Amino acid sequence: MKNFTKGFIKENPVFVLFLGLCPTLGTTGSALDGLAMGLATTFVLVMSNLFISLFGKLIPDKVRIPSYIVIIASFVTMVDLLMSAYTNTPGPNGEPSLYDNLGIFIPLIVVNCIVLGRAEAFASKNTVISSLIDGFGIGLGFAFALVILGSVRELLGNGSLFGLKFIEGDGILIFVMAPGAFLALGYLIMIMNKFRDKTA
Amino acid sequence: MEYIIIIISAVFVNNIVLMQYLGICPFIGVSGKVDTAIGMTGAVTFVMVIATIVTYLLQQYILEPLDIGFMQTVSFILVIASLVQLVEIILKKVSPALYQALGIFLPLITTNCAILGVAILAFQKDFNLAESVVYAFANAVGFGVALITFSGIREQIELSSIPEGMKGVPIAFIIAGILAMAFMGFANIV
Repeated sequence: MKNFTKGFIKENPVFVLFLGLCPTLGTTGSALDGLAMGLATTFVLVMSNLFISLFGKLIPDKVRIPSYIVIIASFVTMVDLLMSAYTNTPGPNGEPSLYDNLGIFIPLIVVNCIVLGRAEAFASKNTVISSLIDGFGIGLGFAFALVILGSVRELLGNGSLFGLKFIEGDGILIFVMAPGAFLALGYLIMIMNKFRDKTA
Repeated sequence: MEYIIIIISAVFVNNIVLMQYLGICPFIGVSGKVDTAIGMTGAVTFVMVIATIVTYLLQQYILEPLDIGFMQTVSFILVIASLVQLVEIILKKVSPALYQALGIFLPLITTNCAILGVAILAFQKDFNLAESVVYAFANAVGFGVALITFSGIREQIELSSIPEGMKGVPIAFIIAGILAMAFMGFANIV
């Protein structure tokens, strides 16, 4: 159980460990994009943790990092093909599809430090079951961080949440653009720091 | 003329770090000092250009003729990982001085998503070999411009008084946000 819950607050990959920042900033223009990216990463993380904990003992120590990368890259390719098949329909008013929104960040899951980090630091040393739980926990913690950041940015920038409009008008457009991503994440990390200091 | 447009667009308008969010990890991680920022920029430029050339050739002469485009992610990341190793070994032999200078940054580059990102983007934009090389180089310069500017600002920030909770990473993100806002001024110039 501890392996599962640690990913949310205590060892949250984004807010505490500062890993996987590129997709965090790049795919959180809306809460839905963030959620999709988080779930895609969770899938890769769980599957790669599973396979690495299964075959970890068979892989010679010297070539373990390249082997891990190949395992991870295979699952990333699967996610990429699946998402291009099922999430590639443009919206009713010609909005870009989910697949287009995430764009280059789907193949880039392969260089997400979280995935390789868990493989090296956890899955290669632990049992299959605890590696699976660890993958789920960290993956959902990542998704959780992405949804929070995506919600904040969408709410401030567009006045909506998961596509449902709450506030009329345009909102503070800067938050859905590049600078807003940095600013929102900076403030969120500050709030998280305050929060953790109090509970600790 | 096309090349100039590619360069201006990659360095300023679509700056790889501040506008496309690639390579954030080294951007936040090694930007404490201007010297290390310059070293990192050198290593990234070197690997990015070579990696883009090699992946371009791989795509054109192996993946496309065999019709196995879906292997792109797997093959590109393997090529980049082994390339970084190779560059490290060759540099150690050929130019120990350069190796000393770039040394510690080279292994970090494998996990720099900017390298793989630029290789894939160059393919998605249908560039030919010369354009890909220019594109990779321009992106590396853009990375350097952002990284070195940012590290200069961070050196100054060290000396000023910041609210307790903002110290370290949060203030770095706020600075990056303001820097990105400045770069937005370049929008629509090409």
